[in-house]
Amino acid sequence: MAGHEVSVRLTVDGTARQVDLDPRVTVLDALRDELGVMSVKKGCDHGQCGACTVIVDGRRILSCLALAASYDGADVTTAAGLGTTDHLNPMQQAFADRDALQCGYCTPGQVCSAVAMLEEARAGMPSHVSPDVSDTTVDLTDAEVRERMSGNLCRCGAYVNIVRAIQDVAGQDVARAGGGAA
Amino acid sequence: MTTLEPRMLEPEAPAAADAAPTGHDRMRVDAPAKVTGTAPYAYEQPVEEPLHLFPIVATIALGRIAEIDDADARALPGVRLVLTHANAPRIRVRTDAALTILQSSEVHHRGEIIGAVVADSPRVAREAAALVRVTYDEQPAELGFSIDDPRATVPRRVNAFKHGSYERGDADAGLTRGTLVEADYSLPMEFHSPIEPHAVTAIWHDVSALRPRSTRLTMYDTNQGTGGHGALLAPVLGLLPTQIEVISPYVGGSFGTKGWPWPHLVLVAMAAKRLTGRPVKYAMTRQQMFRTVGHRPASKQRIRLSVEADGRLGAIDHQSWAPTSRLRSYVDQTVSATRMMYDVADLRTIHHAVVQDAAPGSFMRAPGEFSGMFALETALDEAAHAVGVDPVDLRVRNEPAQDPETGKPWSTRNLVACLREGADQFGWAERQPVGARRDGEWLVGLGVASATYPNMYFVPNRAGVRFTGGRYVVELQASDIGTGAWTVLPQIAAEALGVGVDLVDADIGHTGLPWAIPAGGSVGTFAWGDAVVAAARKFRRTHGEHPDEGDHVTATGRMPRGSRGYSRHAFGAHFAQARVSTVTGEVRVDRMLGAFAAGRIINPRTARSQLIGGMTMGLSAALHEEAHLDERFGHVVNGDLAGYHVAAHADVGDLEAITLEEHDPWFGATGAKGIGELGIVGAPAAIGNAIFNASGVRLRDLPFTPDRLFDAWGQPTASGTRATSP
Repeated sequence: MAGHEVSVRLTVDGTARQVDLDPRVTVLDALRDELGVMSVKKGCDHGQCGACTVIVDGRRILSCLALAASYDGADVTTAAGLGTTDHLNPMQQAFADRDALQCGYCTPGQVCSAVAMLEEARAGMPSHVSPDVSDTTVDLTDAEVRERMSGNLCRCGAYVNIVRAIQDVAGQDVARAGGGAA
Repeated sequence: MTTLEPRMLEPEAPAAADAAPTGHDRMRVDAPAKVTGTAPYAYEQPVEEPLHLFPIVATIALGRIAEIDDADARALPGVRLVLTHANAPRIRVRTDAALTILQSSEVHHRGEIIGAVVADSPRVAREAAALVRVTYDEQPAELGFSIDDPRATVPRRVNAFKHGSYERGDADAGLTRGTLVEADYSLPMEFHSPIEPHAVTAIWHDVSALRPRSTRLTMYDTNQGTGGHGALLAPVLGLLPTQIEVISPYVGGSFGTKGWPWPHLVLVAMAAKRLTGRPVKYAMTRQQMFRTVGHRPASKQRIRLSVEADGRLGAIDHQSWAPTSRLRSYVDQTVSATRMMYDVADLRTIHHAVVQDAAPGSFMRAPGEFSGMFALETALDEAAHAVGVDPVDLRVRNEPAQDPETGKPWSTRNLVACLREGADQFGWAERQPVGARRDGEWLVGLGVASATYPNMYFVPNRAGVRFTGGRYVVELQASDIGTGAWTVLPQIAAEALGVGVDLVDADIGHTGLPWAIPAGGSVGTFAWGDAVVAAARKFRRTHGEHPDEGDHVTATGRMPRGSRGYSRHAFGAHFAQARVSTVTGEVRVDRMLGAFAAGRIINPRTARSQLIGGMTMGLSAALHEEAHLDERFGHVVNGDLAGYHVAAHADVGDLEAITLEEHDPWFGATGAKGIGELGIVGAPAAIGNAIFNASGVRLRDLPFTPDRLFDAWGQPTASGTRATSP
């Protein structure tokens, strides 16, 4: 496909990367197949499961539904950028403490989604179950957390533990905490 | 009976250093790697200069390939190989018809693998595969089955070596005693749907053309047991098991689909053989996960039972009908649990199978027990309602003193304790008469169902213990599919060695280690545990308390001598609170409690996760899961996660599991039983029974979708109430 490639610059977990890509390549495939960043997972490639969730410029996105060519210059954070095994982000620590995972394959997406979700709630964004969409103070009940996390499937069935983990850190600024590059 | 002390499984503080290594919470050792996304799954193993494969699959249900035109595909820059039956390596040992791919022009089912393209990038491989034009001579396929299907046969054996049919006493005579309860039940085709799709990288190393035995095949795979996969794939690929290296340290969920090698592994290995030395990678798409990697076959069942006024069962006649693939037979042991569950003298249980031109089914979490116990535990609720006996009491009244199928004593059976303790903690006493509890538009009810899962430990395992760098390593071909094997095997070894658990590591998930059975049938922890205990004890006998660097032993763990004299099962009871909207027909599950007696709990933290995980999958099956096989064309219509719904966060309310104190020496040296499957068995019946208690609507077909409530209720009236409202 030489001649049809596009040059894309991404900052991935704090490191500047540049890659020439087939324009059909998604952010997800650019990370996994071109840049070897495996801390983002592919579960369905169609925006159905949430395993590929990453944080781009502060917002959670489904990287399988994002063409890399349209994310030139973006700042991408994966679970590996939120924390390291020696210095977990508080959200990651809460997942470990609550055993909010089993096979672990959906987990990096759940963690990224949860971190960005707390930011959305802090910013006053309502959800489908919010009693008053004009109220910019979100009361993060379990029902709110479940609704806001429903884009991330977990087939092992760790949902109840994931909700507990998120509630453990719900009052904290986890997007800027933790020991990773982010 | 064992003295029972209920024990909440909420994660507790880490065990003190001097506490026994087992029976206490231990944080999942792979949690830090998993929460940071750095645990390497199959597709993520680093290899040099990989090529990428995309399969070509049949678009007819039955017939023959007339012609394959791959000229356009070959012309695409970056294509390295187009593999079809015309140029594929020959398979000489045909052990498994489903694995015998690309050997002829025959097509056995829609979605069958008939070729592949290998290219420099995944995009080019996929584009080229779409450019391959295949023409067929199509034949009419047989698809679809029904209760009393005239084509049905009774297999001599079904899955797990269970008998196809079994009777005791005189079921027909017994059915005339007391009140007759008779109904048909059905479950749809279900898919395992782990979040990590199947993926494999194969590298074929021809070390020397003059010495075929020097050939080596490396497969980075995602499976439930590397040794089993190697042993089953080797003959198909013309290799000895020792020539295949299978590496699968982390498995992104399985639930049965990764327990048996599927044809894509043969395909990728064949491509690697044609492209010797180059790694060939393949990541299955989500849509392909609904084609050639197994499924839980649909099930239709008929139960007739009689029940006396006091709740004692007179007789049960339980029969099942299921489809089975003409390519490779597989029939769930659907009615087998009915044979041992309750004290019923007169019983008839028969499995019927109907051959289909469809992809082979396979074992999915609690095969047989899941489907059969849905029908049986629903029927028991119907029986309890028919004679006005509390459903918990009815089950207690039919508790058998020994296994009614084999006459053997139970190794341990604490179903009654699970029912009583569960009822107490759940608040079963709050249950109201049918239709009596209303909350706005919602009708609210409670339901109960029993759970059981048998001991499936049939073959010995081996394990090693090595001392190196001042630490112990326990070695075996075990697999952690999310169960916690990385975490609990060192706990078992530490206890047997008499050292702290932080001094023990595990080495699992690849061949070249002592042989162990795959992680399936809920045997992992206790069956592998036997081998680990045997190896640890041998290590101390051989090397004493102060071993030298490199000291090593291997040992075999076997079923306890005399265990075959006992009937060995785990038991449990599910309690569910469901609400049904009178406006939309939607069902919500507010809360569930599972009470389980499953032997010794090695790590309460990971055990609880497995049990609530099973309950969650049961809830998912109850409310959502349903694959539609198009009987005209042979494909699954809703074959991805947008069409095949699994439970999401918002579906799961308060859900808790408790275990009762139990130690079963007849399962193995650890006293543990299996828990991976127990949690799903009976869960949908408890929810369906709660729906009946809430609304008076008896749903006998999974899943419990709003249309089924509407069908039962009739059309809504203008006021929003039902014309035939309960």
